[in-house]
Amino acid sequence: MGAEVFDRVKSRLAAREEEASLVHGILVVNLAPGAVREAAGRLRELGFDMFLDVTAVDWPGREPRFDVVWHFYSTTDFVRVRLKARVPEASPVVPSLTALYGSAAFMERECHEMYGIGFEGNADLRPLLLYEGFVGHPLRKDYPKEAEQPLVPYRD
Amino acid sequence: MTMDRRTIPIAPAQPSGRSAAFEYISTRKDELIGWARKFSIFPYPFVTACCAMEFMSVSSTPYDTDRFGAALPRFSPRQSDLLMVVGTVSQKQAPVLLKVWEQMCEPKWVMAFGVCATSGGFYQNYAAVPGIDRILPVDVYIPGCPPRPETVIDGIMQLQDKIARQKHAIVTRDF
Ligand code: SF4
Repeated sequence: MGAEVFDRVKSRLAAREEEASLVHGILVVNLAPGAVREAAGRLRELGFDMFLDVTAVDWPGREPRFDVVWHFYSTTDFVRVRLKARVPEASPVVPSLTALYGSAAFMERECHEMYGIGFEGNADLRPLLLYEGFVGHPLRKDYPKEAEQPLVPYRD
Repeated sequence: MTMDRRTIPIAPAQPSGRSAAFEYISTRKDELIGWARKFSIFPYPFVTACCAMEFMSVSSTPYDTDRFGAALPRFSPRQSDLLMVVGTVSQKQAPVLLKVWEQMCEPKWVMAFGVCATSGGFYQNYAAVPGIDRILPVDVYIPGCPPRPETVIDGIMQLQDKIARQKHAIVTRDF
C-alpha cells in the first residue's frame, strides 16, 4: 500500500534515483539544506500532515559534520518519510519549517540548544530544556560528559 | 587585672532553685520532644521521576507508614517537616528544590529517596544534579533504584532514631 505513495513522493522530491532509498520501511530522501523547505511543502501537499521530529546527528571528523533529520507522517496513507540534509560546522543553518508545521517550533528549539543547529525563520530559539546561560551544546559529541553547569552553587 | 584561668568557677557556688530545676528538665526535654517529634513526621514529597512508583507503593496500605506517624503527606512545604526528594533532580530544577527547602519551617529533615537523589545514580551528564546533598543538607539516604518499600521504612526508622537523639532547641530558660 505504501509503495505507490513512496513512488509518488520519490518522483516529486528526489531529482536522482540514488538520493532516495527505502530503509526499514521509511522512505529516506537526502537533500541539500536549501531544498528542505520546498520539499516539506510538497510533502504537505502529498498528505504528510504530521510533523514527527527534527533532530541532528553529529559525525565528529566528517565534513560536513552534521546531519539534520526530519520525519514526516501521513495520517491518510500511514507511511513515514525522512529527510536528511548535511550542514557544516562553520554554518550549521537550515530553513525553519514553522510556517508549514506549527509543531516544528518546539522541536527546532530543542535541536538548536542540543546541537547548535540554526533554523532560519524561527524567531524563537530560546532554550527549551536547558536554561539561559548554558554554554555549549550538550548532545554534540565533543561536549564533555562531566561538564556540569549548576544553577545553584554546590555546597563545599 | 589578668584573670587566672584556674580561678574561674565552673559552676555557681549557690545554684538557685530555678536553675537546678531547669537543668533537670533540660536533661530530659530532648528525649521528650524527640519522642514526640519522631512520631509526627509530616512528609512533603518532591517527586520528580520513576521512584514515584515506589513512593506510591510505600504509601499504600500494606506498608502502613502510619505506624511511624509519617503517613500524611502535606502538599505545602510550609506545613511539613520532612522533605522527601523522590527521583532525579535536574540542574534546571535545583533552584526550585532549594526554594522548597528554604520555605520549610524548622525543625526540618531531608530524605534522599533512591540513588538518583543520593548521588545522581547512573547519571553523570550535563542535566542531572549528582546528589541533592550538593545543594542542601541531607539527613537520611535510601539506596536502591528504586528502593524497595522495606528499605524506605528502614530509612524512616533511621530518621526516627536520629530525631530521637537530636538536641531540640525549643526549651529555653523561660520554659
Ligand atoms: S533511583 Fe532509579 S527508580 Fe529512582 S528516580 Fe533514579 S532511575 Fe528512577
